Amino acid sequence: MSADSYKLRSRLRGLTDSLVTVLAILATLVVVAPLAAIFGYLIYKGASSLNLAFFMQIPRPEGEVGGGMANAIVGSGVLLGLASLIGIPLGIGGGIFLAEFGRGTKLANAVRFTADVLNGVPSIVMGLAIYSLIVSVHSPLIPFSGHFSAFSGGVALGIMMIPTVCRTTEEMLLMVPKAVREAALGLGVPNWRSVVSITLKTASPGVITGCMLAFARVAGETAPLLFTALGNVYMSANLNDPIDALPLRIYVYAISPYDDQHRLAWGGALVLIALIVLAVSLVRYVTSRGVLKGAS
Amino acid sequence: MSLAESAREEQSAVRRFLLSRGNSAFADRTFHVLMVVCALSIFAIVGLIAWRLVVSSQITWSKFGFHFFYQTFTDSVTGQPMYWDPVNGLFSAVPFVYGTLVSSFLALLIAVPLAVGLAVFLTEMCPRSLRGPLAFLTELLAAIPSVIYGLWAVFVLVPLLREYVNPLLVKTLGWSGFFDDSMNPTGLGFLTGGVILAIMILPIISSLTREVMTAVPHSQREAVLALGATRWEMIRMGVLRNARIGIVGGIILGLGRALGETMAITMVIGNTPEIHKSLLANGGSMAAVIANEFTEAVSDMHRSALIEIGLALFIVTIIVNAFAQLLVWAVTRGAPSQVH
Amino acid sequence: MGVGIEVSSLNAWYGSNHTLQDINLNIPANHATALIGPSGCGKSTFVRCLNRMHETNPVARVTGVVRIGDLDIYSDAKPVEIRRRVGMVFQRPNPFPTMSIYDNVAAGLKLNGYTSRRALDEIVERSLKNSALWDEVKDDLKKKSGASLSGGQQQRLCIARALAVDPEVLLMDEPASALDPVSTSKIEDLIFQLKSQYTIVIVTHNMQQAARVAEKTGFFLNGRMVEFDSTHKIFTNPSDKRTEDYITGRFG
Repeated sequence: MSADSYKLRSRLRGLTDSLVTVLAILATLVVVAPLAAIFGYLIYKGASSLNLAFFMQIPRPEGEVGGGMANAIVGSGVLLGLASLIGIPLGIGGGIFLAEFGRGTKLANAVRFTADVLNGVPSIVMGLAIYSLIVSVHSPLIPFSGHFSAFSGGVALGIMMIPTVCRTTEEMLLMVPKAVREAALGLGVPNWRSVVSITLKTASPGVITGCMLAFARVAGETAPLLFTALGNVYMSANLNDPIDALPLRIYVYAISPYDDQHRLAWGGALVLIALIVLAVSLVRYVTSRGVLKGAS
Repeated sequence: MSLAESAREEQSAVRRFLLSRGNSAFADRTFHVLMVVCALSIFAIVGLIAWRLVVSSQITWSKFGFHFFYQTFTDSVTGQPMYWDPVNGLFSAVPFVYGTLVSSFLALLIAVPLAVGLAVFLTEMCPRSLRGPLAFLTELLAAIPSVIYGLWAVFVLVPLLREYVNPLLVKTLGWSGFFDDSMNPTGLGFLTGGVILAIMILPIISSLTREVMTAVPHSQREAVLALGATRWEMIRMGVLRNARIGIVGGIILGLGRALGETMAITMVIGNTPEIHKSLLANGGSMAAVIANEFTEAVSDMHRSALIEIGLALFIVTIIVNAFAQLLVWAVTRGAPSQVH
Repeated sequence: MGVGIEVSSLNAWYGSNHTLQDINLNIPANHATALIGPSGCGKSTFVRCLNRMHETNPVARVTGVVRIGDLDIYSDAKPVEIRRRVGMVFQRPNPFPTMSIYDNVAAGLKLNGYTSRRALDEIVERSLKNSALWDEVKDDLKKKSGASLSGGQQQRLCIARALAVDPEVLLMDEPASALDPVSTSKIEDLIFQLKSQYTIVIVTHNMQQAARVAEKTGFFLNGRMVEFDSTHKIFTNPSDKRTEDYITGRFG
């Protein structure tokens, strides 16, 4: 190889290197751009549509100006409360099983895999399944069955929380040092007490993080509510009735032809995203401080 | 009695108390059983979902069988092929399968290079001080609800594509037949769906790519650098080559998400049960048709058809996700723990 | 007061590994007994059999008879009951990281359902005094976490925690091996004071430590107990050649 062609190749390699660097930076910019665009637009449009009425009033009839999303905010609260009541205990229980009782067993592997499967089930399919399980059947065995209800929506969201809560609980429990478990057992503390009051408590910052991630995820879910909670333009907190939710109301208003409903949709979106960003940042803050402070 | 002795007396009270506590074998057993029940509930839920979907889609399944996924009807008036006519009880999932595949494929086409580029930048090039905020921003991108993406797409992305991007595409690439907006100048359609899906799956692919890239041992990088490689050569040979299986896993996981994504795509794809070569035409997707028609479906047959589409989506996403998990496991298992 | 321990034909396995082979031994009440031997000789496994901690590992197995006082611990009672009577101090200090100093000491009682606040206050104070930690922590009992103490203080906190449940036997598995010399000597002083009230079994790899604190010493080698006698006899005139080799540093 002549010196010239060597020089040329080395030039080319340097050039490729710079080109790739530029491309990577470009890709980053292209990714950050829509994010900035979404947030910027959301804040710009949302902030101007938020007022006291938004939080205090229920929707006005179509075509009228004004009104708010008070019913959707209350409805989201009811749905998420019910979802947490279902998803958090089952998820934490499953996580405790995986970390404390099933370690290394075939059953645990199967549970872990099934949880991942459940996590991947499209939310719209979850809505269909709950519709078919609760809404479409008339059975005295299933509470609130036979019609659209807040209960069915809460169940759908609760089930969607389980995998996230379960897997983070497992991971966090496994991070608790063996020495801490031994200390509790060595004192003659019953196993259940040791798991709950020592291991779980030591891992609690991480477990709470998992619960909040799951919460933030289902807080924005619309698809599973379409055929369960259905939506409701009136104020309701009754588990037996259809109920509204912020994402549902945003969806309905976004595809409506009325400008004032678009305005309300942006307001709702801002409230929803504020809730989620708050949860995610809190999670970020807790995890960056070390999940198990002083436990190692 | 001395002080020490009285102390001993009191401690014996402690001893007596502890002796009275029993062995809590029952409580331990109950707790164990409860935790097992929680774990088993996950099986039960997945089983119930599958069972209900199968049962509720029996009407169309028994009428059409597998034909449901490839049959074509003919419009008696125009003679054109036709797929979906709830009024006359004609149901075929073909246009929705087509729409889901096209929009997901477009999404991958757009998202994969960007996600890998972002991951390369974040792990190999980015100054430390920028890495945290950028990673946090991409995490936020993943946390934005689908319906908000849809809202943004309807009011920002659609007009943008309609006014500026689509005309340009028609002008430059219109000859290929893939970009023809003459039938549908609304800005809605497959391409819009693909773009919004791309934005939504980007964070998943990117964060998994980052994870497998950081799992590549440092020695691999140093070995390549020691041979006099440039940074890009180091990334290509030392990092990407070692991480490629995991990256493919991340891409497939992104695909799984794209296939089942509902709200945003429902709001921008146009919702017509049609098949077009043009990406600028209206279409449908499996998830979107369910979201769009289910509450308005009046016949059992119509509902059954929609639930059967849901069942197909359920099965496909399970397969796709399981495959992706296997690939990601294969790479990250046994890798050194991440250094933050 | 402490009680004696009688061990007869104790065998223990760890998976397929026969870690303890036919151990017979009488540990006297209200004395300190040291167990020495090279690492991996089974001395830690042995103490873990005395409070049934060995079996917390799923692959572990035990046969034989251990009597603590009048209780056959493998047939008369469940592990939790044994462990309330037999306290244990581990090799590395392991205070509960999320609990205050006070709660750490009270943990054994609180987690077993003991609720009397006044009695707890007294017990915590007495236990901390008995473990010679009271003066150092009395001002921030409930303010500071157990994990915020130094290593030596943490280990004394763990001793206080074990003492708070008023055990009859105190097992110590190399309690000073992770500590600096000053903390080690504090722990040794403590053992010296406690042994009149409790039966103490201490595992150590440090022969001087055994000589300083224990009346009786047992020498373990390859899962067997080679020799058990008064500490003085073991260190001056052992009857077994292998013991002599070990204490004179010819191996291990």
